[in-house]
Amino acid sequence: MTETTDIIWPCIRSVGFDGLLVSFGDRLSEPANRAALAYRAAVERAGLSGIEETSTSLVSCFVRFDPLGTDATDLRADLSALLAGQDWYAAPMPEGRRLWHVPTVWGTDLAPQLEEAAQAAGLSVDAAVAMLSTTRVRVQTIGFAPGQPYLGQLPECWNIPRQQALTSRIPEGALAVAIRQMVLFSVATPTGWRHVGQTAIKLFRPDSDMPFVLRPGDEVLFPQITREAYENMVKSGPDGGATFEVIR
Amino acid sequence: MSAALLIRRAGPGMSVQDQGRPGYLSQGLSRGGAADPVALAEGAALLSQSPTLAALEMTGMGGEFQALTDLRIALTGAEMRVTLDGSPLVWNASHMVPKGAVLSIGSAQNGTYGYLHIGGGIDASERLGSRAVHLSAGLGALSQTGDVLTAGPDPVGQVGRILPPEPRFGGGVIRVLASLQTALFSDAVLARFQATEFHRDHRGNRMGVRMNSDGEGFLVEGGLTVLSEVIVPGDIQITGDGAPFVLMSECQTTGGYPRIGTVLPCDLPKVAQALPGASLRFRFVDTDTALEAETRARNTLAGLRRRVQPMIRDPRDMPDLLSYQLISGMIAGDEE
Repeated sequence: MTETTDIIWPCIRSVGFDGLLVSFGDRLSEPANRAALAYRAAVERAGLSGIEETSTSLVSCFVRFDPLGTDATDLRADLSALLAGQDWYAAPMPEGRRLWHVPTVWGTDLAPQLEEAAQAAGLSVDAAVAMLSTTRVRVQTIGFAPGQPYLGQLPECWNIPRQQALTSRIPEGALAVAIRQMVLFSVATPTGWRHVGQTAIKLFRPDSDMPFVLRPGDEVLFPQITREAYENMVKSGPDGGATFEVIR
Repeated sequence: MSAALLIRRAGPGMSVQDQGRPGYLSQGLSRGGAADPVALAEGAALLSQSPTLAALEMTGMGGEFQALTDLRIALTGAEMRVTLDGSPLVWNASHMVPKGAVLSIGSAQNGTYGYLHIGGGIDASERLGSRAVHLSAGLGALSQTGDVLTAGPDPVGQVGRILPPEPRFGGGVIRVLASLQTALFSDAVLARFQATEFHRDHRGNRMGVRMNSDGEGFLVEGGLTVLSEVIVPGDIQITGDGAPFVLMSECQTTGGYPRIGTVLPCDLPKVAQALPGASLRFRFVDTDTALEAETRARNTLAGLRRRVQPMIRDPRDMPDLLSYQLISGMIAGDEE
């Protein structure tokens, strides 16, 4: 069962009964993230038969197919051929990217794990906020919950593990940190990530024309605001004070 | 006016479900849909209608309902105590409910999820292409006392049909495929995982079901720093305390806790239906075995309609037996 040898990237592995995963690495890097996004776009364009759905995770492209209608070996061969067609690590970022400014309350009772996270990163609370609120992070993938971004990459000191035990409920709009990444939660959910900031943005709007707000490749800043300003932004609508400009 | 059913008393975990909304994985939205898709298919077969129609999923117990019009119903999934105006009804069967009649559905006997189907399906509004409530995504909400379930068009008149339920209640052996992180676990841990008797925790829900066992957990070295990767329903995630969680239809789409394997889609209803405390064992199978099992399961679902039979009343199901003139020959015993 264990056939771990040194994997050569990129590689194609099976996921459950009806999935194939084309991975560009086992750790997060910008080239691997770009490769996954570009490769998925190419799979979609190629219109390979038997594919039901594709998505990306941080450094991989996931392909769901019907194994009862399509031979997995044939599909693997098609994906391999596409993989060999170009240097995916050198692919450009997606078009039409945006830079978002999402106002954030760092710490306080709204985000009770800032102190603990700063300690894990070996920083004072002030230094942690200074770093997290000025680091421009990129949406590396949308996942876990609808419209929810994984954002990175933070400086090395933020390579802190997830918690052993799950937090039973982190609220919508929460900003949490682990393994040099942040997640901006689109729904209330249990999590193992540490809750360091709170925003008022709604990332999943199922009844609007744009149900999912952020896109892979978008970049985000989380400027610090006061509790009072936050309360006003909560009342201001689904953007919660967030604004964006197109990256040129 | 379309057929309608009033919820006079809602049980604690009732929601409208269909086959879910595939196609939004790239946006972080899992497919969702009925926890036991076999029950959905059985209800459709009993009412001779499309399996894409929505039904009411009832967790652990049902509730009390009143027909606002004449309507057809079917009851599938975990068997629940059920009466129509006080008289017991047969489970995994279709029935006529006349206008004004009160349907009372009690606690589940042999599983977790029971389903109430209406002729024409529940005509809830579609969001992102499906009527299924997706609780973890905040799409829709649990059904409440006072809600009215309206039905779509129901051109079929047939009721009084019964279907032997597909066996999936009471736990047992769950077949598992190796997945991309299975190799992170040592052979010893994988062997122990397969040799362990698990009991479904009482905290299970539509996102996932925790499995308890005696002895140490199934942790893997470095498991808390694994890169987040795609999740599919059926994945068995090992969280920080070493206990396996089987992820269900409403699971997250990516996650960082390592996964020891993936339950075959056709065995997932067994996990969903296992009662708290039910005993389950996991066994790894190879791809060919999985293909064979899935092919068989799909054929079974496709053939359900052919297995629907007219209901023959069993005297044991007739509490008003003494009111029948048994001697006069009016009842031959084979009436529908």
